[in-house]
Amino acid sequence: MEPFERYRPIVDDFEAFLAACERPLGTAVRVNAIKATAAQAMAALEADGVAYEQADWHSRVLRLETDSPGSTWASYHGFTHGQEEVSVVPPLVLDPEPGERVWDACAAPGGKATQLAALMNDRGTVVANDNNLGRLSALRFNAERLGATSLAVTNDDARNYSLASFEFDAFDRALVDAPCSCEGTIRKNPDALDEWNLGHVRSIAGVQKGILRRAVQATRPGGTVVYSTCTFAPEENEAVVDHVLDVEDCAVVPFDLSLEHDPGLTEWNDESYDGSLSKAARIYPHQNDTGGFFVAKLEVAA
Amino acid sequence: MPDDDPPADDDPIADGERTAGDGDPAPDCEATSDDALAENVGERFARLPRTRADRTVAGRVSRADVVEYFDERFGIPPETFDSYTFWEKGAGKIWVYAGEAPSPIEVESLGMLCLRTRQEHWKPTTDFVQRFGGRATECVIDLDEDGAARFVAGDDQELDWDGDWGYLIAAHTLAGEREPLGVGLYVYGELRSLIPKGRRRHL
Repeated sequence: MEPFERYRPIVDDFEAFLAACERPLGTAVRVNAIKATAAQAMAALEADGVAYEQADWHSRVLRLETDSPGSTWASYHGFTHGQEEVSVVPPLVLDPEPGERVWDACAAPGGKATQLAALMNDRGTVVANDNNLGRLSALRFNAERLGATSLAVTNDDARNYSLASFEFDAFDRALVDAPCSCEGTIRKNPDALDEWNLGHVRSIAGVQKGILRRAVQATRPGGTVVYSTCTFAPEENEAVVDHVLDVEDCAVVPFDLSLEHDPGLTEWNDESYDGSLSKAARIYPHQNDTGGFFVAKLEVAA
Repeated sequence: MPDDDPPADDDPIADGERTAGDGDPAPDCEATSDDALAENVGERFARLPRTRADRTVAGRVSRADVVEYFDERFGIPPETFDSYTFWEKGAGKIWVYAGEAPSPIEVESLGMLCLRTRQEHWKPTTDFVQRFGGRATECVIDLDEDGAARFVAGDDQELDWDGDWGYLIAAHTLAGEREPLGVGLYVYGELRSLIPKGRRRHL
């Protein structure tokens, strides 16, 4: 937990934060609305004999009392998909509508991309891209298991993504759930900090800036871009958004989030960020007994 | 191991018309030179022609063929697919897609692989059957709890079935509703599970 010491000044109740990071994460699933209602999924889990609790902040998040959420009829039929509770947040913030064109820039293994398709009633176009060919097979497997028919899967570098394959020249919305240092996944993956160093954080921030910038460019005027990571590092979060605010014509906009969270930072060490970054959300593990996440919502200038 | 091969005799599925590919000429030529009566190109998705008369690739099945197959074999109403397009990638692999795309298009995948038409007997996929098989009224075999568990584990089982032989939708009742499990092959008193390895579970 040594790398987390630098967050002591910004995290309320830092000891509770550290303690939460040391506790293993519970098992959560998202109900896949393409195949089932929350009631159907819960009935299937009852038939499976698996106890569950519905998250109070979102009816389609279920916390299961089992270590193998994949070994249920609900999972077999694609009624449920194992997905970390906070990772359900970014697609909800993006809030796509049926019929829209939506880009998921870093989509593998597909939990959020299929959630986007479900939020659109599987109507419209979700272009689910990932640069990692090896992870695309997981994305495709999940998309088909969950019954998503509105997904097109592409394998490109999101930083210079071309829409030439499609007939439209801009997306209505884009999700950049960026590759990151994954500090917020420590409860699921205790090795997440083994490779941690500031050089890695800074180099991955360069990639993040490139992807977010391209997402803003590829989204129509007035369209929406959501930027998220599962890490706490301001270099990968506020600093990335701050950079893109400087170089592209877009603005940070507020959103409702019923999970407990902190506002985004407007200063960190010797840096200061655009004041609008206080509209972003930092979700810490001790606040809702989840993993950690950062989410910012941008509107592309009309 | 489930056997992908269909029964060799006693053919219950009248699919000769659909798979013969008897080479109707292309209607006329809006088609670009590289796809007029061309071969199917393996690495890209091409949208199925509306009917056989519209096709520009020799042997390619049409949308009408596909919709008719799902209707005739399983009783899935044709209007189920009104807002979907069908695509071919690879020889005879048909995909169902709800989004937008020009044809042809080179992407990793487009919607869901739904049907294999290369074999003598067309074969729907497990994922398709789970997604759309709830609307089927024919060739659905209902399994009890034990049978369903064996089916998704990949085991074959002896069963009585007085309907057509060939590819069937296996289903069970979950929380009071009939839910399709996947595709099975029924021949000679045996239901073979065709659940792909990656989808099998011990439940």
